[in-house]
Amino acid sequence: MATVGIRAVRKRFGGNEVIRGIDCDVADGELLVMLGPSGCGKSTLLRMVAGLEPISGGEVAIGGRVVNAVEPKDRNIAMVFQNYALYPHMSVFDNMAYGLRIRGLPKAEIAGRVRAAAEMLELAPFLDRRPKDLSGGQRQRVAMGRAIVREPDVFLFDEPLSNLDAKLRTQMRVEIKRLQTRMGVTSLYVTHDQVEAMTLADRIMVMNAGLAEQVGTPAEVYARPASVFVAGFIGAPPMNLVPVQVGGGSAILPDGARLALPAGAGQGARAATLGIRPEHLQPDPLGPVRMTVDLVEALGADTVVHGRLAGGTVLLARLPGDAAVRAGDALALAAPPEALHLFDPGTGRRI
Amino acid sequence: MRRKVIFRNRWLPYLLLAPQLGVTLVFFIWPSLQAVWQSFLREDMFGLSSTFVWFDNYRVVLADPGYMAAVRRTAVFSVAVALAALMPALLLAVMVDRMLKGVAFWRTILVLPYAIAPAVAGVLFLFMFNPSVGVVARMLTAAGVDWNPRLDGTDAMILVVLAAAWKQISYNFLFFLAGLQAIPKSLLEAAAIDGAGGWTRFRTIVLPLLSPVTFFLVTVNVVYAFFDTFGVIHAVTQGGPAKATEILVYKAWYDGIIATDFGRSAAQSVILMIVVIALTAVQFRYIDRRVQY
Ligand SMILES: Nc1ncnc2c1ncn2[C@@H]1O[C@H](COP(=O)(O)OP(=O)(O)O)[C@@H](O)[C@H]1O
Ligand SMILES: [Mg+2]
Repeated sequence: MATVGIRAVRKRFGGNEVIRGIDCDVADGELLVMLGPSGCGKSTLLRMVAGLEPISGGEVAIGGRVVNAVEPKDRNIAMVFQNYALYPHMSVFDNMAYGLRIRGLPKAEIAGRVRAAAEMLELAPFLDRRPKDLSGGQRQRVAMGRAIVREPDVFLFDEPLSNLDAKLRTQMRVEIKRLQTRMGVTSLYVTHDQVEAMTLADRIMVMNAGLAEQVGTPAEVYARPASVFVAGFIGAPPMNLVPVQVGGGSAILPDGARLALPAGAGQGARAATLGIRPEHLQPDPLGPVRMTVDLVEALGADTVVHGRLAGGTVLLARLPGDAAVRAGDALALAAPPEALHLFDPGTGRRI
Repeated sequence: MRRKVIFRNRWLPYLLLAPQLGVTLVFFIWPSLQAVWQSFLREDMFGLSSTFVWFDNYRVVLADPGYMAAVRRTAVFSVAVALAALMPALLLAVMVDRMLKGVAFWRTILVLPYAIAPAVAGVLFLFMFNPSVGVVARMLTAAGVDWNPRLDGTDAMILVVLAAAWKQISYNFLFFLAGLQAIPKSLLEAAAIDGAGGWTRFRTIVLPLLSPVTFFLVTVNVVYAFFDTFGVIHAVTQGGPAKATEILVYKAWYDGIIATDFGRSAAQSVILMIVVIALTAVQFRYIDRRVQY
């Protein structure tokens, strides 16, 4: 059990700075998800915690000990790789036992731990097989098992589910959450999938271009996105982001429609970016938002409606599954004032 | 799925194969058949007439203590050449594989020796190790080593092993480097996180994953030591001193061309041919057992 401290961490590859100063403290037993688009530096940050990449600036501490100069093998961490990185010439048993043997554990204890993990992951019938004779889901579980048996201070996951099909991914997501809660091991989990992040995380770090845009619980990140980037990245379908003029306690849309802001907000006149989640735009005959429906996506539980304001601005609304809307309809919508988000159009930060 | 392209033309394949088949026939099959035929004959001492003697030549060869000594010598020689050619190659490959920059440069440099003809390499070594003028020989003498390959059989053996092995290092290096670079880096990272230090990773991950390459190279190098080292031996020691470096291929040549006993020389050649066919068969049998990542 351990805390993880990431303090002003930077990483340069040659002249290219890919991590530009990230701070985050992960509590003992917490699962922190690093979420961001491909190439934003998630893996690089995780690999610095693992000790696989030298740290260019700042410090990483595990259990209060600064580990910048500590070899991966001495950090007592376990990592699940995106491609699983199973040893192809070893059986499932040997794959899981590898780290324990190196640590010189007694044979009986190794066998006990491997069997217990195999039981838990339903791998018991496959212990003698080679990785190439397993399905993708089974390989993924072997990789998990190899991490579990070590009983490490910290688990590191680098997109462990991205090579699985959608159904298996959902299933394993639940499995990982259950295991992690039960074992209570501090975990850092990298993904580009916001659903995975929302369901797994105790806290999410939303990353963009080598910076942490926001660190917060899934509920916070959803309800109060700290920037336009976070607002657009979290939630599916994504939040509507519309340039508006603010003044007199309301936001004025490009077509002139006025949306009331929460009491006290939007007094001084200024330009802003208005964020409204599609699920907060609901039909209301008296609603200020008037759009023409372009396209209707019936998803069963929900109906996603794509529409245009008079000026051409595109908006998405997420209506109940039984909403009777057709392309070409005129639709009047309203959003509750407390569901509106305002961002500075220059910096992208929340106002 | 692999799709087969079918050409209706029946003789085109043969036409396309003809040059290769012709070369093989003229330069390999025909002389081989001649050797087999020759190995069943015995000529009179003037070379005027020959009689068909069935397996007499083989019986004589295999009963000859000199031949059996050459067999043992060849075994020592090929194992030594294989080791001397494989170990430095692996070491160099590991070093180059670890470099982040300059891999292409070092690969080119380290492959150059392969372009040098065996006899030239032999003369080079002969010169370097010449007791009176050779650079290396002088250093050895200065270091107190009594070095004289012209009189001492062991020294001579060491010399031909080095001369024969050194250009194979290039070849082995290339294969080892390719093998090392095919091992996914994430496996080594996973092992590092599992607690393995550099040497443990090498022993438990790299070496086992490299074993198909190693096996391939061992057979190639042994076949090389058996057959392709004639030029080196001829240039460096001529099989001496006192036959200390006379390996089978050299003996076959010597007995045939110098001692002009064609029947026994042919029988020796045929035995060598059988050994090489066997080694190659073993190699083909196992070459497909690749590790899958
Ligand atoms: N070894 C490396 N050398 C140079 N650039 C690298 C290296 N590894 C990653 N990068 C760069 O760093 C950036 C972040 O990469 P990465 O951390 O893998 O992103 P993510 O995991 O978020 O998709 C990318 O632009 C990538 O090209
Ligand atoms: Mg990545």
